[in-house]
Amino acid sequence: MTDIAWIDAALVASRPQAVAALLRYFRDLDAAEEAYQDACLRALKNWAVNGPPRDPTSWLIMVGRNAALDGVRKRSKQVAMPEEDKVSDLEDVETPMAERLDESQYRDDVLRLLFICCHPDLPATQQIALALRIVSGLSVKQIARAFLVGEAAMEQRITRAKAKVAEAGVPFETPGAVERSERLGAVMAMVYLVFNEGYSAGPKDEARGGLADEAIRLGRLLLRMFSAEPEVMGLLALMLLQHSRADARFDANGDIVLLEDQDRSNWRHKLIQEGVVIVEKAVRHQKTGPYLVQAAIAAIHARAPRFEETDWASIDALYATLERLTPSPVITLNRAVAVSKTKGPQAALDMIDPLEAKLSGYFHFHGARGGLLLQLGKANEARQSFDKAISLANTAAEAAHIRMHIDRLIADSEKTKRA
Amino acid sequence: MMYAVLCYNDEQMVCGWSKEQDQQVMDALHVAHEKWEKSGKLKPSVRLLPTSAATTLHKTKDMVIDGPYAETKEALLGFYLIDVENLDEALEFSRDLARANPGGAYEMRPIHIYSPGTPIPGAYVAERQYANTPSLKPEAVK
Repeated sequence: MTDIAWIDAALVASRPQAVAALLRYFRDLDAAEEAYQDACLRALKNWAVNGPPRDPTSWLIMVGRNAALDGVRKRSKQVAMPEEDKVSDLEDVETPMAERLDESQYRDDVLRLLFICCHPDLPATQQIALALRIVSGLSVKQIARAFLVGEAAMEQRITRAKAKVAEAGVPFETPGAVERSERLGAVMAMVYLVFNEGYSAGPKDEARGGLADEAIRLGRLLLRMFSAEPEVMGLLALMLLQHSRADARFDANGDIVLLEDQDRSNWRHKLIQEGVVIVEKAVRHQKTGPYLVQAAIAAIHARAPRFEETDWASIDALYATLERLTPSPVITLNRAVAVSKTKGPQAALDMIDPLEAKLSGYFHFHGARGGLLLQLGKANEARQSFDKAISLANTAAEAAHIRMHIDRLIADSEKTKRA
Repeated sequence: MMYAVLCYNDEQMVCGWSKEQDQQVMDALHVAHEKWEKSGKLKPSVRLLPTSAATTLHKTKDMVIDGPYAETKEALLGFYLIDVENLDEALEFSRDLARANPGGAYEMRPIHIYSPGTPIPGAYVAERQYANTPSLKPEAVK
């Protein structure tokens, strides 16, 4: 890799911890970001010449802090701080800094930074935008492209979100155990939102597709800080396992390829391996949560060499657990798919029909119902469900997939007419 | 002399590489591997999964900890390659060893890529090889 690529990768990797530590220091989001930017500029110059520092994150935090102080001093015409290249050569300056920033300190810093982004007053899209801007360091332009809005509009949205969280005033004291676990819950939900933005994007939507990688990066960060937390393991494993199918989920035209039709040799086996092992680790804790159960379901799919060999009975049982943990008609709908494999389409249909009132505006409800009716040979009713699904599709790929079913139904009825 | 070459890098950074970046590095490494494989000197090599997949058994307390072995005062003394069904079996293996050799810890880290390299003939005794190292023969020391 070239120097620039290396430096870039190191800067991206250090960003959450560095900005989080600077935020604790300055207690102001803009000041922390500015100090970090300043440190990055100096890193580009300095690292290219002097090589990488032993601990890039500590280097960035210290240089960012000094640069900001330097600015204050210059304005008050005081003595400047030493140049950063002198500083980085002083091992004895870097060492105590690195020691002071031990894991637990990092942990609360990064958690606070992430937590600030998922303030409950912010709508989900703003939480995601703020996190991508502040934690992941994506440019406003990149984020605007991902959400299909103009750059100026996104800039405004982020500025407003920042003002709102500044008003809310998240405390800077070390959080207690209960507060920490509440923060962690909110942060995990936000990370999963980021992931789903990327996951639901089609293959042609590169701007949004990258968000899945971004979310996995954040998931890794969380697990490094909360390494014995089964739900954090579950969240990372879930994202890895879902993302392992990224190259097989769409065909050359950008249309959805269903799980049963996917070329499993195109799955990313490294991600599957890692996801499966993490689920295995988490299960040992015998403390089940929704992310872990979903990851376990994804792991069963990932482990099946062919669709026909999927262990549907286990999936049904896991969905039953998930229903108990977080009752929701969407989960029942998913469970019905497993039930249709073990007990047939009629049993599944009986399960989901009572959900109609709650899910009448949900694309997947009508799509799944249409699929079950089709299996039962009820072409007309299936057609009605598919029509409803198409009217509710969120993406072109979703609509195209249902369209394919409808086209097939039309072709079949033409054939019958002619016969 | 046989050496184990242990690979270290900033994991956060390496995990952040895109598929293409990762492939680029692997391709470059492959060129180097090939050269040493041809001379028969490259034995098994392994790429581990990230530390997110690691589990550690602290031997004296028989305590299983999620994550990699993090203490810095102990040094890496050796390693085993095992081919087992799952984490439980890997733990069973480690516990068997722990009974024989208490103290310290075993980190169990799944392997992502295993390349056998040139086969090692039978039971390889490093000590015997050591005697054949040319630089240690009297005529080499002048």
